[in-house]
Amino acid sequence: MKTINHLKKALLILSFLPSLAFATEGIQLDKAPIDVSDHGSLQRGARTFVNYCLNCHSANYMRYNRLLEIGLTEKQIKDNLLLAGEKVGETMKVAITKKDAIKWLGAAPPDLSVEVRARGADWVYTYMRGFYRDSTRPTGWNNTVFDKVGMPHVLYELQGEQTLNHETHELKLTKPGRLSIEEYDTLIGDLTNFMAYMAEPVKQQRNQLGWFVLLFLGVLLVLTYKLKKAYWKDIH
Amino acid sequence: MNYFTKLIGWVDERFPLTSNVKAHLTEYYAPKNFNFWYFFGSLALLVLVLQIITGIFLTMHYKPDAALAFASVEYIMRDVPWGWLIRYMHSTGASLFFVVVYLHMFRGLLYGSYRNPRELIWLFGVGIFLALMGEAFFGYLLPWGQMSYWGAQVITSLFGTVPFIGPDIAEWLRGDYLTSDATLNRFFAFHVIALPLVILGLVAAHILALHEVGSNNPDGVEIKKLKDKKTGIPLDGIPFHPYYSVKDLVGVVVFLMVFAVIIFFAPDMGGYFLEANNFVPADPLVTPAHIAPTWYFTPYYSILRAVPPIGISQFPGVAAMGLSVVVFALLPWLDRSPVKSIRYKGNLYKAWLAAFVISFLILGYLGTIPADTYGQFGAWLGKADIATVVARICSVVYFAFFFLMPWYSKKDKTKPVPERVTG
Repeated sequence: MKTINHLKKALLILSFLPSLAFATEGIQLDKAPIDVSDHGSLQRGARTFVNYCLNCHSANYMRYNRLLEIGLTEKQIKDNLLLAGEKVGETMKVAITKKDAIKWLGAAPPDLSVEVRARGADWVYTYMRGFYRDSTRPTGWNNTVFDKVGMPHVLYELQGEQTLNHETHELKLTKPGRLSIEEYDTLIGDLTNFMAYMAEPVKQQRNQLGWFVLLFLGVLLVLTYKLKKAYWKDIH
Repeated sequence: MNYFTKLIGWVDERFPLTSNVKAHLTEYYAPKNFNFWYFFGSLALLVLVLQIITGIFLTMHYKPDAALAFASVEYIMRDVPWGWLIRYMHSTGASLFFVVVYLHMFRGLLYGSYRNPRELIWLFGVGIFLALMGEAFFGYLLPWGQMSYWGAQVITSLFGTVPFIGPDIAEWLRGDYLTSDATLNRFFAFHVIALPLVILGLVAAHILALHEVGSNNPDGVEIKKLKDKKTGIPLDGIPFHPYYSVKDLVGVVVFLMVFAVIIFFAPDMGGYFLEANNFVPADPLVTPAHIAPTWYFTPYYSILRAVPPIGISQFPGVAAMGLSVVVFALLPWLDRSPVKSIRYKGNLYKAWLAAFVISFLILGYLGTIPADTYGQFGAWLGKADIATVVARICSVVYFAFFFLMPWYSKKDKTKPVPERVTG
């Protein structure tokens, strides 16, 4: 009984730790549709990333041939994603230098390899859907989750133009783009999903392996417990 | 006589092998009534070994260079075979080291393990705790993320508050006017060789001192007082090996299960083990809005923030923070209770211990959030931050637990202690 009580106390103390995990964030973020086992979504997201983001933003820690993991073949990668003669084993670099970027854009676009780990998938998902027209900004664009952002709305042709109602803080599509609202949300969902995968490509493998490790330890627990019982049977 | 026995005999003539195995394992008699709280010593040793081994493998791929460090950690996470596992084991191990050590220390508070004749064990233990804090702090800079960088900048700046010589000390520690490549290189040296050596030495001393006087137990009775007339073995003692080696093995497996759940399913632990901001490379030009130390330092950080400055000097807070850590060393001389174990102490001590633990946890929580999170009091309290006032009250309780102990532990109504352990 005493041991049970002690265990309870210890669990109480331990359970206190993760319960502290509340991120303090003022802006309401939309939930990103993350499923890193959905290879179709990851492949579409990779295409969007390479076509649109990878012109200014690098992903210096991500190798192209890692995309074999999400179901692409080496030929598909070479034909569709390696447009500037890179080798398939290289990482996703950009030609723009930090110095030039600061000169042209005012700030160096951050490397996006681990962006989702730094900001969270929901942030990226909301941010990419949060651009609106703002004539006071040098680029003509502003963003609901990143006020006075330096980056212009690269996907405006696809999304169209939004305006912000400053009283209700709601965005409204005032000039439609090539995609419908649903299609654009899916595009950004796939992009965010890919970025979540890219931030930690090993995550799926890690989760799968975890169950085997726990199964092994579970068996080991039974065995060690029986061993302990056997040794301790004459101790009173 | 078989070859193995012959080999052992050969070694024994040249090295005290068998005698040491006997002294520390097969003929080291530990009380038979160890409970749940007695798992954490051996677990701390396990984590230490895990940290050293995973650390060695990380060192093979990590680059202690401000231009390369961040990328080399991601290289370990992606391109080094099983690098991600080694890295998560090391980062999770760091946090669990503190979980295990805090529970181990709490065990000492529960059962008076610091009392005569175990004062030196306790002092070596406090030494290990201090060295471990240094080890964790230096290691935290190495990933060279924003939190690494600014955490190191804040902590080294604390030394700058020491009157007169402070700024020089801070500069001397960093090797530069601010945290830089020079700082990273020296912190790497401290982390991989200097402090591990100190910790290993202190752990050896901790265990040697323990095996000299024998282990305490949940009843706080000295089992060496009652020995078998013929054999000289304590009546309530059982050999560490095989009894506690097999029992600790069960604890090890349970611990590894917790360890595995975190590593494989939640290595970030919601930002408490790996902070989101540390996935942004260090940038000396961009100060994060909210700089907080890792969770295991937050109780002391809270105390630092709670103490008001004198004039413009933040030194009182820094001094209070330092004191809040080293004050543990005084425990053997602060506790005047006639009994060791909480089982025979009265309600007064129990109430103080509970107040201390609650204060410690609240301080720990408050250290993770900005001081204005819960708003301010009205003008009647000078519009003070609510969180700061709570932290001040908890800090007072924290220190009162220690400094009033000579009085309340003496006044406390204790129960009679039995002759033998009670199981």
